[in-house]
Amino acid sequence: MIKILYFASLREKLGTSGESLELPAGVNDVGGVLATLAARGGEWASLASVKNLKSAVNQDMARHDTPVKHGDEVAFFPPVTGG
Amino acid sequence: MSVSVQEADFDVGAEIEALTAGDARAGAVASFVGLVRDVNEGSGISEMTLEHYPGMTEKALQEIVSEAKSRWDIYAVRVIHRVGRLLPTDRIVFVAVSSAHRGEAFAACEFIMDYLKTRAPFWKREVTPEGARWVDARETDDHSAERWKK
Repeated sequence: MIKILYFASLREKLGTSGESLELPAGVNDVGGVLATLAARGGEWASLASVKNLKSAVNQDMARHDTPVKHGDEVAFFPPVTGG
Repeated sequence: MSVSVQEADFDVGAEIEALTAGDARAGAVASFVGLVRDVNEGSGISEMTLEHYPGMTEKALQEIVSEAKSRWDIYAVRVIHRVGRLLPTDRIVFVAVSSAHRGEAFAACEFIMDYLKTRAPFWKREVTPEGARWVDARETDDHSAERWKK
């Protein structure tokens, strides 16, 4: 099981701030998690095409090839706009 | 505590004072204060809300401060970022750096702001006469952060 969090415009678009997901067999990186979510269709399908979608694994900025394993916290969000 | 993420406002004078209290090595303090403007991309802004990623935000800011300390000979660093609902003229962010001389303090302060803008997980949602909207990231912020790449 992994914990997934969504922030800002992505959270609003998907209508949820997070969920727990059983990691499907063969999924072992951020790109794999993203593909799993996008396969749900509807708003989720747009995850694969969001411009400049950012991710983090265990609260460190990640990339599509960053490894994900059981127990990790994975977050998806738009580019940051603080400061 | 060198990094704070909070809803409350802060006292710029008191923060600068505290940064070098009792530290006679410090010959310079450079600071930056970011404020909420009443206009953005052609629309009037009546208020904004800052969302963040609790836990990662503090971690990201600490890492930026550590990186600054490894690059420049600086003494103390203070970073405060507000979250929640803010109004035009409100303070959003504060960065202050002390060092022996001004060059290191200026550079480290600017570096911390540039990295904060592109790496710390905050998101602004602003309210305009046309409704609320999420603020888009600026390419110029990416360019500002890029120039510090080694």
